[in-house]
Amino acid sequence: MSRKVITTAGASGTPDAATQLLDVVDLKTHFRTERGTVRAVDGVSLNLDRGRTLGVVGESGSGKTILSRSIMGLLPSRNTVRQGHVFYEGVDIVGYDQNQMRDIWGAEMAMVFQDPMTSLNPVMKIGLQITESLTHHLKMDKKEAKATATALLASVGIPEPVQRFDEYPHQLSGGMRQRVTIAIALACGPKVLFADEPTTALDVTVQAQILNLLAAQQQERHMAMILVTHDLGVVAGRADEILVMYGGKVVEQAPTALLFDNVKMPYTEALLRSIPKLSHRSHTRLDAIPGRPPDLVNPPPGCNFSPRCRYVQPSCLVQEPPLMSIGTTGQHYRCWYPVGTPEGDDALARNIAAAGDEDVAVAAFRAAQVAVGATPQSLDPPPVAAPVPGGTRPPPPDRTQPTEEA
Amino acid sequence: MPERSSDPGGSSFFAGSGDMASEISQIADGDVAVLEILHDLDPGQVDDAVAKKRLGFGFWLASAWFFLVLVLALLAPLLPLKDPLVPVGRPRQSPNIEFWFGTDSIGRDIFSRVIWGGRVSLVVGFASILLGLAVGGTIGIVAGYYKRRTEAFLMGSMDVLLAFPALLLALVIVSFTGDNSITNVVLAIGIVSIAPIARLVRASTLVFSQREFVTAARSLGASNGRIITREILPNVLLPVLSFSIIGVAVAIVAEGGLAFLGLSVPPPTPTWGGMINDGRAQLDNHPYMSLIPCFIMFLTVLSLNLAGDRIREYFDIKEGAL
Repeated sequence: MSRKVITTAGASGTPDAATQLLDVVDLKTHFRTERGTVRAVDGVSLNLDRGRTLGVVGESGSGKTILSRSIMGLLPSRNTVRQGHVFYEGVDIVGYDQNQMRDIWGAEMAMVFQDPMTSLNPVMKIGLQITESLTHHLKMDKKEAKATATALLASVGIPEPVQRFDEYPHQLSGGMRQRVTIAIALACGPKVLFADEPTTALDVTVQAQILNLLAAQQQERHMAMILVTHDLGVVAGRADEILVMYGGKVVEQAPTALLFDNVKMPYTEALLRSIPKLSHRSHTRLDAIPGRPPDLVNPPPGCNFSPRCRYVQPSCLVQEPPLMSIGTTGQHYRCWYPVGTPEGDDALARNIAAAGDEDVAVAAFRAAQVAVGATPQSLDPPPVAAPVPGGTRPPPPDRTQPTEEA
Repeated sequence: MPERSSDPGGSSFFAGSGDMASEISQIADGDVAVLEILHDLDPGQVDDAVAKKRLGFGFWLASAWFFLVLVLALLAPLLPLKDPLVPVGRPRQSPNIEFWFGTDSIGRDIFSRVIWGGRVSLVVGFASILLGLAVGGTIGIVAGYYKRRTEAFLMGSMDVLLAFPALLLALVIVSFTGDNSITNVVLAIGIVSIAPIARLVRASTLVFSQREFVTAARSLGASNGRIITREILPNVLLPVLSFSIIGVAVAIVAEGGLAFLGLSVPPPTPTWGGMINDGRAQLDNHPYMSLIPCFIMFLTVLSLNLAGDRIREYFDIKEGAL
């Protein structure tokens, strides 16, 4: 059906269009645990302007939720290391303490949480939960706040808002509750809205409605939105730009249209491949990505994604690819053998040929491990010295010789 | 709402089309109209299907007894009772028409003394738990919310308080303050109740302060004080209040213990514990002197426990229902 194309308003509309609304530079968020330092977010940079939507995509444990909470400064301070810069309207807010952040929370940045079952206070009437921040931030009196709250409830598509005002969260359905949390988040007119998997906990039939509501509100208020999700389908029609995260790092970043036309990172490709297609016959095996997300305490050497990658080559295990950009298109990716390039196609063809019946990624990773002389870490079938395609090994794109210890 | 197509083939879910795949792709495309139809068809959206929770007969019986005791104690000065402080008849009478519960060893009416004694027990029971809630509740919620050093210090001092045997602590407080006025008894039992209440409130606070609605409130710029009073307190209050009903029962028993040892309100003011103690010497010949106040206290404490337990269960909101 018709998907609204979010028009980016020209710079003319806003008075101080010179400074970017949100500019995150090399943000790191590490947690100190008994096992070691968890690098949940490891050097992420992004920027966002008014009225734009950024989709942050990644599987569980990729650091996307921590990224959004870290930008907002909502993480507990204990055992958390937060480095880098978050420029909000040109001012770095990373060093702000709780009191300073309180002026930003709600009024400047707000968040819609994943599960509306737990993000609403069960013993407080929903009306009160909305008027709270209105009376607090905008210094409205009770009557004014109530009128505003009712209008807000109506604007997020809640029928009979006056009656709902005096109801408790448990009296509403999941979709209605998420509408309420959106109304609460929008109450003070934030300039940046973080939507942290806003539809994951909802019925599939309600998901589209909530996403459309968010898009409509964003357009109306000329807000910037960061839409965090694990579902590429959710951001496909709604984000201006997509940022794919893996193991706490950005692995691919591109304007939406460009990303879907011209995937460069094998991880993004694997995500796309894992979406079931309607044209498939029923009981077609899902094309899942083998393995698990990387251990963020002891990340594998080289490329994070190499153990699960269909394109993996020995050099991938040695040197981590930097974030490379394609000209001035705004597309960035982190891969030595990008999808759709001669090297990438070559690598994939080689791996498929060598894999036989086995999963391409699993077999190719084992072969690559043997090639660089590392002890195979794979737990399942002991390495049956997979045939290393002799002579066809490409010269490592990097000049450094593997000096990895076994 | 569309009619279900009547063709026996039944491949079509909605009228006017036979192609399931195209229906699904329509849904996948986010066709709102179809979504709304699906919504209408979904009976799971209908509320009201939840069975009503009931408190049960036992609860009402227990409450009835408790309210009888409460009303009698409250209205004691207005009721046509005999003077509980002076002898009104022949001593050591068994229960009879004139003296319903009999008379004690100097001829005071036991019925009237039980009712007047109930006043002391109830005042001590409620006031001391209120004191414990005010102090222990504050300590617990602050410790549970702020954590770190605040928590270590506050809960450390609670552990010190808990290390004393409860009755001994109460004894020390009462005997230290000198006169055994009702205020001092309340103070003693109240202080003893602080530590357990603080622990309970802290545990509850720890659970609720991890909940997402607290993060949500923070993300809207609520201050710590606001989060404590508006978000956490109302949630913690419910389980703690139902627990404190049981606390009142424990406090009544504790007061009885103090009175039995002669450390509660001094005679001739009647207290249940004091009356049990008075009748102790006559237990062989006139057991009713001790047993009647004993039984009244037993029933009152039992009714509080039963009612408190039931209320705790009743308000024990399951995660899924939130």
